[in-house]
Amino acid sequence: MADLSIDFCGIKSPNPFWLASAPPANSGPQVMRAFDAGWGGAVWKTLGDPVTNVTSRFWANDYGNTRMMGLNNIELITDRPLEVNLKEMYEVKKRYPKHALIASLMVETRENWKEIIKKAEDTGADGLELNFGCPHGMCERGMGSAVGQEPKVLEEITRWAMEYAKTPVIIKLTPNTGDINEPGEAAARGGAPAISLINTVKSLLGVDLDRYVPNPRVGNKSTNGGYCGPAVKPIALFMMSQLTKNPLTKHMAYSGIGGISNWRDAAEFIALGATSVQVCTAVMHYGYRIVEDMIEGLSDYLDSKGMKSVNELRGKAIGAYSEWGDLDLNYNLKARINPESCIGCNLCQVACMDGAHQCILIPGRTHEEHVKAGHTHIPDVIPEVPVKAAGAIGRFLPVIDDVECVGCNLCHLVCPVPGTISMVEVPGTIGKSETWNDRVAQGRDINPGSMESTLKKRGLLAK
Amino acid sequence: MHPLPVLPDGRLEQRFSESKPAYSTAEAVTEANRCLYCVEAPCIKACPTGIDIPNFIHKISTGNTTGAARTILKENILGASCARVCPVEVLCAGACVYNAWGREPIAIGRLQRFATEETLETKSMASLMPAKKLPTGKKIALVGAGPASIAAAGLLALEGHQAVIFERKSIPGGLNSLGIAPYKQSGNQALEEMGWVFGLGDVELKTDVSVVAGQAGKGEVSTDALLKDFDAVFLGLGLGADSKLNLAGEGSAGVYGAVDLIEKIKADPALKLDNVRRALVIGGGNTAIDIAHELKLLGVADVAMVYRRGVDGMSGYVHELASARKHGVRLMEHRVVTEFLAESGKLTGVKLSRAENGKAVPGGEETLSCELVALAIGQATATTMAKGFPGLVLDKHGNITVDPKTQRTGHAKVWSGGDCVNGGKEVVNAVQEAKIAVRDIIRALGAK
Repeated sequence: MADLSIDFCGIKSPNPFWLASAPPANSGPQVMRAFDAGWGGAVWKTLGDPVTNVTSRFWANDYGNTRMMGLNNIELITDRPLEVNLKEMYEVKKRYPKHALIASLMVETRENWKEIIKKAEDTGADGLELNFGCPHGMCERGMGSAVGQEPKVLEEITRWAMEYAKTPVIIKLTPNTGDINEPGEAAARGGAPAISLINTVKSLLGVDLDRYVPNPRVGNKSTNGGYCGPAVKPIALFMMSQLTKNPLTKHMAYSGIGGISNWRDAAEFIALGATSVQVCTAVMHYGYRIVEDMIEGLSDYLDSKGMKSVNELRGKAIGAYSEWGDLDLNYNLKARINPESCIGCNLCQVACMDGAHQCILIPGRTHEEHVKAGHTHIPDVIPEVPVKAAGAIGRFLPVIDDVECVGCNLCHLVCPVPGTISMVEVPGTIGKSETWNDRVAQGRDINPGSMESTLKKRGLLAK
Repeated sequence: MHPLPVLPDGRLEQRFSESKPAYSTAEAVTEANRCLYCVEAPCIKACPTGIDIPNFIHKISTGNTTGAARTILKENILGASCARVCPVEVLCAGACVYNAWGREPIAIGRLQRFATEETLETKSMASLMPAKKLPTGKKIALVGAGPASIAAAGLLALEGHQAVIFERKSIPGGLNSLGIAPYKQSGNQALEEMGWVFGLGDVELKTDVSVVAGQAGKGEVSTDALLKDFDAVFLGLGLGADSKLNLAGEGSAGVYGAVDLIEKIKADPALKLDNVRRALVIGGGNTAIDIAHELKLLGVADVAMVYRRGVDGMSGYVHELASARKHGVRLMEHRVVTEFLAESGKLTGVKLSRAENGKAVPGGEETLSCELVALAIGQATATTMAKGFPGLVLDKHGNITVDPKTQRTGHAKVWSGGDCVNGGKEVVNAVQEAKIAVRDIIRALGAK
């Protein structure tokens, strides 16, 4: 069994799975139950001057039969007295000395920061997470994402924290910014050893069409909130990867946050440079128990790859994340449909017809019918291979026209039966590897059909 | 002892296709994602072995199939068999919350089959179980190589004990290898799983050995010898021979006990049914439904179940009867056989009488030609052999009496589980009883 223990810039944790600063880490009894279930660490619900919360607080984005694909909340930081939280943190750390306990903090003035850092560290907490991410309620008061969106302010507060803190400082960033590198670099300049991201995405989840009030509704009004859950995972992966590649920030420790629901999600964040991952929405949906599968799944995965420690996985995919201009223009894929598992729904065909390159044909049609359907290139031979699935009588396997297929993946993505449409590599049309940046370097970055003004600018306009 | 026997080719069992074929990965993950991942889930409560079903299904959905197998095997060491043979319709799937919502319950059996088969194809069972403990030097005898003893032997082996199984037949496995309907599980599937379990530790299988009370002859071991040579004894005897009606002509060729006939279908290449045009099955339990269903699927033109009461009085599962009838099995209610007709010792037909309250009444007698009759009216119970263990008590049905908290019999060194205790239930019940017994055997041997 692979070693899952981590050292997060000095913070030791038995595994990389931490509860994010959120309702699942609101109180001592909760965090202790989570540790008993297997969580390696917890970032306590953000401390500060206690707030007053509203009812209701959450709304979710369902998609088809999937509940809570995304979750939106308008809850603020902790509404419990500071002393109560501190006392419980002390108890948790005393009873679980080997687990990672992080205090999340959000206050206003320098004196506030000095005071709360001292008090948080006096509980025995292993580290501090500065909440520069909350995009609702607190930012209007000049805190949370209001700081994360102002690199200079972020840098200054980071310096204060570094001055007062004895334990590692983690800067939690908001995704609600044009370029995540700016706050990330500011955190690095401020001297922080670690970054966690992303906090929630500013959002307005929907509208009650009978009352004309957005959701979640507080009486006859609502407000924008923070969006999280599986829907935001790609945004989080992108933003963290920006920083784990950035020469000015890649030396820092990263705690990945955003839609992590299972071991696979966690492994992806780790492969892109995370040392720990933080989870909220999946726990709010299914409870602390999900960590069993996360630990077991990650450990088995590492074993299957011959890795003895989770540290061997960290950053393995960073190198392959490159800019568009460095992608190989000669790489070529074609779609292939497996006649053994196709059920004959033709979803690939409609997606390709209307959303891609009109390269999937339904056999049995006449030439005229293919033309009428919208095909501009019709192969001479369109084999009629019956769909084998039970009950699919009279249906034929859709046919891929390799001449038109650009290998975009769309059919593979819409196919409801995993493994039925695969993308196979075929020889490229250029004959050798070539990137757009190669073409730029050689002055060949002009394609046929370019605008006159562009050709003129490049001195290529034939007189 | 290894390797275990493999059943020969040419058996009728090999003609069957699976009623619930194995899922592909895509099918399994899609079905797993339909599971609500309930808390305090009714499916767990409905499982006699208490498998954490939502947990293993969640693991399938995340691609953690190995973890899913671990979760299953942790509670049910014969989880692969049970995945195929459990009547999930009346157990876990029958309790699924989707039923209450009018939606198709989760296909728990097929998901369990996917997790166990997929994993055990490439990984040893030992790699999925807690590490085997150091040898204790303690020896436990297990009598009868049915699912109760197999499960107990595996669990005892993991504890570092030596398990020695005595089986009177040549083919081990009991009803799990010789009695399960072939469209659910083949004999070789059961034997393969047995090999995995025996691989967990020090398990020895002695076939063609009968345990007897009193003086042991050739191919026999006495109960006294077991008590003397072993630290504990587990009785997983199963049930005995098919019961008889004791009617005229019952000894004719073509009249079978149902359990015996199923065993021949599964294990005996010599059995042929080519000249059987009509087969009658006497009885209304699950064995009766199984053999009727099997005969129909084997191509017998007319298969009828003859039952002495109405359909509501049948003890067989409603879903099994519905499935058998869908495939063409007929049901003759309120009928009893009164005589077997034979020519030159070969069955040619039966005399039937109308029945009220399960008893023959005058009027409505008829003669029906048939070439085969299967008697599924119960099985004998253990056994004169059990009397070889002083203090062991049989109840009025002939079942071994145990303390259900420990599965211990009236003899301090003897535990028991499975059909010989519960009167004839499922493989999953045998596993659970074996689990309880092993827990108590470990405690008892540790206390010495």
